[in-house]
Amino acid sequence: MYSEKVMDHFTNPRNVGEIENASGVGTVGNAKCGDIMRIFFDIDENQVIRDVKFKTFGCGAAVATSSMATELVKGKTIYEALEVTNKAVMEALDGLPPVKVHCSLLAEEAIHAALWDYAEKNGIVIEGLKKPKSDIHEGEEEEDY
Amino acid sequence: MDKKIIYLDNAATTATDPMVVRKMIPFFTENFGNPSAIYSVAGEAAKAVKESRSIIAKTLNTVPENIYFTAGGSESDNWALKSVFENYKSKGNHIITSKIEHHAILHTCEYLQEQGAEITYIDVDENGVIKLDELEKAIRPTTILISVMYANNEIGTIQPIKEIGEIAKKHNVLFHTDAVQAYAHLPIDVVAENIDMLSASGHKFNGPKGIGFLYIKKGLKLKSFVHGGSQERKRRAGTENVPGIVGIGEAARLSFETMSSRIGYEKELRDYLIERVMNEIPYVKLNGHRTERLSNNVNFSIQFVEGESLLIMLDMKGICASSGSACTSGSLDPSHVLLAIGLPHEIAHGSLRLTLSDKTTKEDIDYTVDVLKEIVAKLRAMSPLYEDFVKSNK
Repeated sequence: MYSEKVMDHFTNPRNVGEIENASGVGTVGNAKCGDIMRIFFDIDENQVIRDVKFKTFGCGAAVATSSMATELVKGKTIYEALEVTNKAVMEALDGLPPVKVHCSLLAEEAIHAALWDYAEKNGIVIEGLKKPKSDIHEGEEEEDY
Repeated sequence: MDKKIIYLDNAATTATDPMVVRKMIPFFTENFGNPSAIYSVAGEAAKAVKESRSIIAKTLNTVPENIYFTAGGSESDNWALKSVFENYKSKGNHIITSKIEHHAILHTCEYLQEQGAEITYIDVDENGVIKLDELEKAIRPTTILISVMYANNEIGTIQPIKEIGEIAKKHNVLFHTDAVQAYAHLPIDVVAENIDMLSASGHKFNGPKGIGFLYIKKGLKLKSFVHGGSQERKRRAGTENVPGIVGIGEAARLSFETMSSRIGYEKELRDYLIERVMNEIPYVKLNGHRTERLSNNVNFSIQFVEGESLLIMLDMKGICASSGSACTSGSLDPSHVLLAIGLPHEIAHGSLRLTLSDKTTKEDIDYTVDVLKEIVAKLRAMSPLYEDFVKSNK
């Protein structure tokens, strides 16, 4: 069902953990739907993401997209991180099964939520960053199988 | 594959017993004749079908004429519900069922609702036992059928079938039970338990897939389900699946022969598994009734972890299991059964079902628990829910 890359990132997830006194923390998803992702950024004075950690409650795809997303943003500036879309994460994982595409949204939203938290803490505005939705499943239609 | 496989998903399907396969093979190759034909090659097939029917009838305490072979549990369920609805219209359109039925019942009910049926879904308690007072109160003058499963496929809870049968009889309402998980796993007596119709499936008790039966009590006004030839006493047309019928009969014979020792063995292993997990892994809840449950069923909710992740990791260690999480159901909602027993969504997402067989060993269980402990620890270490829980408890 999953690509080799998804399985690799699920079984050996990169950057699992927490960062104490993180520059920005974002938590998205909800337990009701079965997936929650929390991402921690350590951002330096040049607005570069020096370190990143995550914790995820969710299926194989949710864990793998979380892991891949942290790899894609590590060492990037906050503006470059903003460009990391769910599509980019999915492509980096060689795709996801159609029913799991919504898991990749989790990663994108978590990055945005953590950046939003960083911006608020530092009293800055990150151009192009919208306030993240509290629930990634908002307005999502339940599919009929 | 060199890796040892520990198969703990016997509620999903079972391996066909080699003795069953051996008995079936001649009916593909030598005795392949159509049971309706007159020559002797066909005679063997007709005889075998008859024999299988009579073995199954005996296991239920009924006569062979009341056993109708189908393609499996889903067909039997569809037949029972649709047929009663169509044939008892003059009496009414109301059907009572439970909230924890298999989709073969629930989706058929939804379909019948579109056709004008009224359906009442009865609640279950926290153990998954149907509320009998609610059931009796739901009966109306227009009620034509009560359909309640014998034992639940996810949490293993066995329903008070005899009591439901008594209620149905008292109010002159037909009673159907989906016994797909129960038949051949516990003794059933359709007379003593007032059962009018019963569905079962071959592959749940070491028989082949694609064969099942519906027991229909004599005298019920049920018309043909599949129209065509005069097979199955004109109620289900189509040339008989002779190898399948031979297989399900042999599987039933073997199952009933070994039943009491098998139940005893499985119960002991089941309880050992429950005990070890409950003692050694914190924040785990056993779902389903502690004692009134299928001898081979264990279902846990493991807090702060998600079911699909758990299944993939178990699979990598050679353990086949199942879960009621949303990700394994293909929708955003976890299992309707787990929600019906009152589990919050986040706990329902972390459910794990392990269903044993008489081939499961104590070593298999020990290995499974050891592996499970490691996996749960690993998944909790990356779970934000667990992190929040630990922090709030400090």
